[in-house]
Amino acid sequence: MNKKHTTSTKYETKKRFIQRFTFTVIRLFSYSVVGILILILSFIIIKGIGVINWNFLTSAPAEGMTKGGVFPAIIGTLCLIAGSALLSFPVGIMSGIYMNEYAKKGIIVRFIRVMTNNLSGIPSIVFGLFGMVFFVNKLGFGDSILSGSLTLGLLCLPLVIRTTEEALKAIPDSYREGSRALGATKLQTLRKVILPMANPNILTGLILSLGRVSGETAPILFTCAAYFLPHLPQSIFDQCMALPYHLYVISTSGTDLEAQRPIAYGTALVLIIIVLLINLLANILRRHVGKNIRIN
Amino acid sequence: MNKIEIKDIHFYYGDFHALKNISMNVEPNSVVAFIGPSGCGKTTLLRLINRMNDLIPNTRLSGKILVDGNDIYQKGVAIDRLRKNVGMVFQRPNPFPKSIYENIAYGLRVNGIRNEKFIRQRVEKTLQDAALWEEVKDKLKKSAFELSGGQQQRLCIARAMAISPSVLLMDEPASALDPVATAKIEELVRELKKEYTIVIVTHNMQQAARISDKTAYFYLGEMIEYDKTNIIFTNPAKESTQNYITGRFG
Repeated sequence: MNKKHTTSTKYETKKRFIQRFTFTVIRLFSYSVVGILILILSFIIIKGIGVINWNFLTSAPAEGMTKGGVFPAIIGTLCLIAGSALLSFPVGIMSGIYMNEYAKKGIIVRFIRVMTNNLSGIPSIVFGLFGMVFFVNKLGFGDSILSGSLTLGLLCLPLVIRTTEEALKAIPDSYREGSRALGATKLQTLRKVILPMANPNILTGLILSLGRVSGETAPILFTCAAYFLPHLPQSIFDQCMALPYHLYVISTSGTDLEAQRPIAYGTALVLIIIVLLINLLANILRRHVGKNIRIN
Repeated sequence: MNKIEIKDIHFYYGDFHALKNISMNVEPNSVVAFIGPSGCGKTTLLRLINRMNDLIPNTRLSGKILVDGNDIYQKGVAIDRLRKNVGMVFQRPNPFPKSIYENIAYGLRVNGIRNEKFIRQRVEKTLQDAALWEEVKDKLKKSAFELSGGQQQRLCIARAMAISPSVLLMDEPASALDPVATAKIEELVRELKKEYTIVIVTHNMQQAARISDKTAYFYLGEMIEYDKTNIIFTNPAKESTQNYITGRFG
């Protein structure tokens, strides 16, 4: 072999070194993200797994929260997830569809988009304050699942709108044109071509927004969450306990903080498991719904 | 009577004057090719004939386009009925994420046809006309995405024919295809001329020469020359046309 091809010039050696160095740094950073996640998860799991048993999952707190379980809080969180979904999904999906498919691209849509983005930047405690003033007091819903769900729904509305918009935007216009060229209306095109293609992504976004809702504390602080309720809520006008708020309560107040600590870890673990299950569901649904749909 | 009459068309994208004073006629059951360098306005003009440019915001049109003697930009024109009569095939194959069968049936369904027996007949007939039937008759329920690019494009042609248009607009239908698939499309176009009036945009001059009866050469939004294809390619009147078809620029 020609010698020229087997020896490297100084410049070649240098550029290979820079290449290797740069990617080593990039790799380390991305690995460290995973590392931190595993660290947090294993910390909670190790600390919390000990208290989790059937009794913990199915009974109410007892003896000044130093014993018992988190059953009412689990049910409360599930109620709030469902309630906020009922509000934010229809409104959010339709707004997203309107903005991407119907509205003329102009100043109004830009304005709505800027406002939705601003809305998602508002701290969640401010949503809580608004919820208290508007839903609890003004509309007279009181501290209730209804008020809490509405507040949480508002909170995740921007996310739902954004998700829907992005999912629709990912569908190339050639499909819209193909359908319209056959005499289909905008609505027919949307229902029969665009939505079936966008659904897996919309669905994933929706479920991920539920994960966000399930972990929020501030919006339900003034609108819904109960410090302690041994029984389950009977209607949407009842207060309820919720996992994130319960975690806050037993970590900061109560009769015996030391005795409450293991329960706090257990509560955190249950919350994390619920969120992970929701994310898992998103993945499964996405794969299932998107099975026969590929954008080429 | 002319199938399509284009009269004094000016078209603007915002401030950009994309088409300048275009007038031309297309005779029934003929193939007309639009040629010219990128950005010359040939696709824009094509998309005016089935009002596809209506979907693009901030555009402006003056002049008239008549199809079968009717002004298609008149107030109150039923655009869906126009598009049923003037079908379109796009540059990249764009079958829907549905089965082969449902891709063809789609145009019929959105136009209110429920009779499944009739739909099945149309599916078979148009797939045969598009020279695709033999290749797909055993897998009509399979996803259209399983077909090759060339097959997908013939499926799109069949899809356009299913709603019985009298005009087919084709926007560089073979530009994303290999030579064998391209040859099949060209053969198909020659065959379809018997039943349809075809306007085809192409970048490929040999293709225009092979399949069209008349050719229009566009440059910078103007129609430089429009004549019988053999005249355009052997003895064009304008020097600009001569330069383009001999490959001196473009």
